[in-house]
Amino acid sequence: MNRSGSVGVVMLVHEALNRASQVARYWAENGCPVVVHVDLQVRQNDYQEFVDGLSDLPNLVLCNRHRCEWGRWSLVQASQTASERMLKTFPDVGHVLLASGSCLPLRPVQELVEYLKDRPRTDFIESTTTNDVPWTAGGLDSERFTLRFPFSWKRHRRSFDRYVRLQRKLGYKRAIPLGLVPHLGSQWWCLTRQTLSAILEDPKRKVYDRYFRRVWIPDESYYQTLARLYSTKIESRSLTLAKFDYQGKPHTFYDDHLQLLRRSDCFVARKIWPHADRLYQAFLSDDASKLKHAEPNPGKIDRVFAKAIERRTSGRAGMYMHSRFPVEGREKGVTASGYSVFQGYAELFEDFAPWLAKTTGAKVHGHLFSPCKVEFQRGESVYSGGLSDSAKIRDYNPKAFLTNLIWNARGEHQCFQFGPNDTQSLNWFIANDPNAHIWVITGAWIVPLFHSNMNFSEIRKKSARLQRIENEHMKVLGSPYVKARIKILTIAQFVETPMEHLQTIIDGIGPRKMRTLSEVPKMVDLTGFGKFLQNLKNQGMHPHLMDDFPASDHNAPVPPKPSKPYLVRE
Amino acid sequence: MVSNRTGQIKSRDIIIFSTMRNERIRLPYFLEYYRNMGVNHFIIVDNDSDDGSREYMAEQPDVSIWVSANSYKTARFGTDWLNWLLMKYGHGHWALTVDVDEFLVFPFSDTRSLRALTDWLDASSIPSFSAMLLDMYPKGRIDATPYNEGQDPFEIAAWFDSGNYTITKNKRYSNLWVQGGPRARIFFTDNPERAPAMNKIPLVKWHRKYTYVSSTHMLLPRGLNKVYEEWGGEKASGCLLHAKFLDTFGAKAKEELARGQHYANSHEYKAYHDAMEDDPDLWCKWSEKYINWRQLEILGLMSKGNWA
Repeated sequence: MNRSGSVGVVMLVHEALNRASQVARYWAENGCPVVVHVDLQVRQNDYQEFVDGLSDLPNLVLCNRHRCEWGRWSLVQASQTASERMLKTFPDVGHVLLASGSCLPLRPVQELVEYLKDRPRTDFIESTTTNDVPWTAGGLDSERFTLRFPFSWKRHRRSFDRYVRLQRKLGYKRAIPLGLVPHLGSQWWCLTRQTLSAILEDPKRKVYDRYFRRVWIPDESYYQTLARLYSTKIESRSLTLAKFDYQGKPHTFYDDHLQLLRRSDCFVARKIWPHADRLYQAFLSDDASKLKHAEPNPGKIDRVFAKAIERRTSGRAGMYMHSRFPVEGREKGVTASGYSVFQGYAELFEDFAPWLAKTTGAKVHGHLFSPCKVEFQRGESVYSGGLSDSAKIRDYNPKAFLTNLIWNARGEHQCFQFGPNDTQSLNWFIANDPNAHIWVITGAWIVPLFHSNMNFSEIRKKSARLQRIENEHMKVLGSPYVKARIKILTIAQFVETPMEHLQTIIDGIGPRKMRTLSEVPKMVDLTGFGKFLQNLKNQGMHPHLMDDFPASDHNAPVPPKPSKPYLVRE
Repeated sequence: MVSNRTGQIKSRDIIIFSTMRNERIRLPYFLEYYRNMGVNHFIIVDNDSDDGSREYMAEQPDVSIWVSANSYKTARFGTDWLNWLLMKYGHGHWALTVDVDEFLVFPFSDTRSLRALTDWLDASSIPSFSAMLLDMYPKGRIDATPYNEGQDPFEIAAWFDSGNYTITKNKRYSNLWVQGGPRARIFFTDNPERAPAMNKIPLVKWHRKYTYVSSTHMLLPRGLNKVYEEWGGEKASGCLLHAKFLDTFGAKAKEELARGQHYANSHEYKAYHDAMEDDPDLWCKWSEKYINWRQLEILGLMSKGNWA
């Protein structure tokens, strides 16, 4: 055995005894004295087996046992007892590392020893004031120190909560012993003999212990607070990599974290899944040739776990599944990405859809909400993700239809035509969706009627109905609550400067780079349209959504295909 | 009862509960798949098989079999049998209730065993784990490539629908009702409300007070059905890859139709039968080819939740 053992390991063990034994042996055989505390709740047989398995190690001792419970004083007691034993039994020890049975050293012991030898006066203990920690679970941060916690959170949750509420109501506050400034931090520390012994031999220890006995999760605050009284140099970080989820439970490491752990350059990690054979095998086969002398760098692991927490708490916007089904208002985005709805454009231009697709690169569908059939682009009967063109399937759950379409598109901008002939069930949903861009030419639905061969009385009846429907829709879009981006023009307004409006659309859909119109869609022939509207009026119907369309033809703007395209500047 | 090896079950064992009827050709791969995953024991109800399934299973060292000649229908689609066995042998265990054509995929299932998942669920105080049924199908006629005993069925049925699932909440039991996939897309275009349910909660830390209500779609008490997050986040979940659509399907559908034992006069099987007569091809150009669980996660068919 080498004499480099200036680092002692205090190990708290309560489960997976075979792994704890393996790691304890590893520390001891590599020259680090070990004191093990085994939870009194461990069965006698298992304990005996554990003891027997380690009996050949001269620098490993077991200390008196306490019955330990998560979040309670008993955990501190266990570490006190073991630490006292460590300081007494192994006078050479300079630093004491507190570890658990599910901790695993990630770097050769020699590296830790040298690292600490270079920093003989430094205490590594995460220790911050309650104002500075965003991570305490359950909303109990400063109250940990000012309320009493006689009830077990694990076993008597209701009493625990009730007693907390009662104390809050009564305005009860415990006095914090004079001279103490409550600090919190990871319970896995590495302290110098000086600091640790000062804490344990403090004449006022009884006072402090009595106080911390009723503090909530004292193992995260006892040493963290007291070290501030004596340490000459605190590095407020733990040498033990331990990540916690959003409920304050430690993340577990598995075999597939091997590379991540290797690259972290941390000295110790917790907690390791007991069946992670590869991890135990990889990290306990000490290979001194691999010494790296690197500073711990848990950044990448931090990101992996931060992302996991985000996924659990925020989730992916616009995605609905069997383990994510947000109630209304909690979606964090009802759809996954931007999409555009065009009302009246396909009626006014002969080749609007193909033109739009070509110009913007977006996917341009027909009337997705047509009552007979979902008009996917190019008349496809099935679309991305396996969406069916069956109107019945769509209408069975129209919201799911739309959110699926947008989610499946994976960022490809989806456009579709809409109008008063379509099913109107999603009008509010789309109007409230900030991802929706709605472009409307009101009254344009009448153009096909104008071109149709129907009897005028029928046209009149049909227009009245469609106008009513579109009017309802416009009321929705005009509501102060809508969140979609909406541009509404009457057909009269639109035909005055069609190019300008088309350019706005292109800019709205397209990627950042400015695109200019090199080709414009062909507007349908509106010769006689003004007269047609006048006839409707004469027959008693008021086509108000069309605005004041000029009645005489020479005003009707039918833009010829320009040889040189317009350039519209903003 | 043919063989009862439940005496071997240890306190921390993970147990599969399943019913079967004439599934002989599927059994070897089923057992292999779940043994590799870390399942310790199989408890099977055999519904009157006559193709050697029962004899084959009885020989397995980790299988216990019960035999029932009762009608599948009168015993409420097998749920009653399973509930009884779950109560008797499942208490205190993680119980995975699946059919022999359902293959669980969960986050990290290619690198972590089922025990890793159940340990994590235990540590997180999560008693039930959901997995959406994902219908898998071949490209081309489903009877084109014969399935061989012991073969990974997803070598043939490698495709699935990735994004046509609809969800509604069942207020009565607080569970989600998920429909969609190729069956809804092809067989139920005119009556989508009758498309089969794809939501399943197959993995449960069983307690004798628990009971499956309808297949593994939902449980009592209702809290067990809250496998989904309602405040925006995602809970961890998996998929059950469904190897139903192989060349074995035609014969099965015919048999089930003749027996008339399935839910609601077998309308489902009738729909399949009719459609499959003319063109038994579920594939379309938007079908997705299965790669691994990560792909399913990216597509939004399952989630890691906060398991990392």
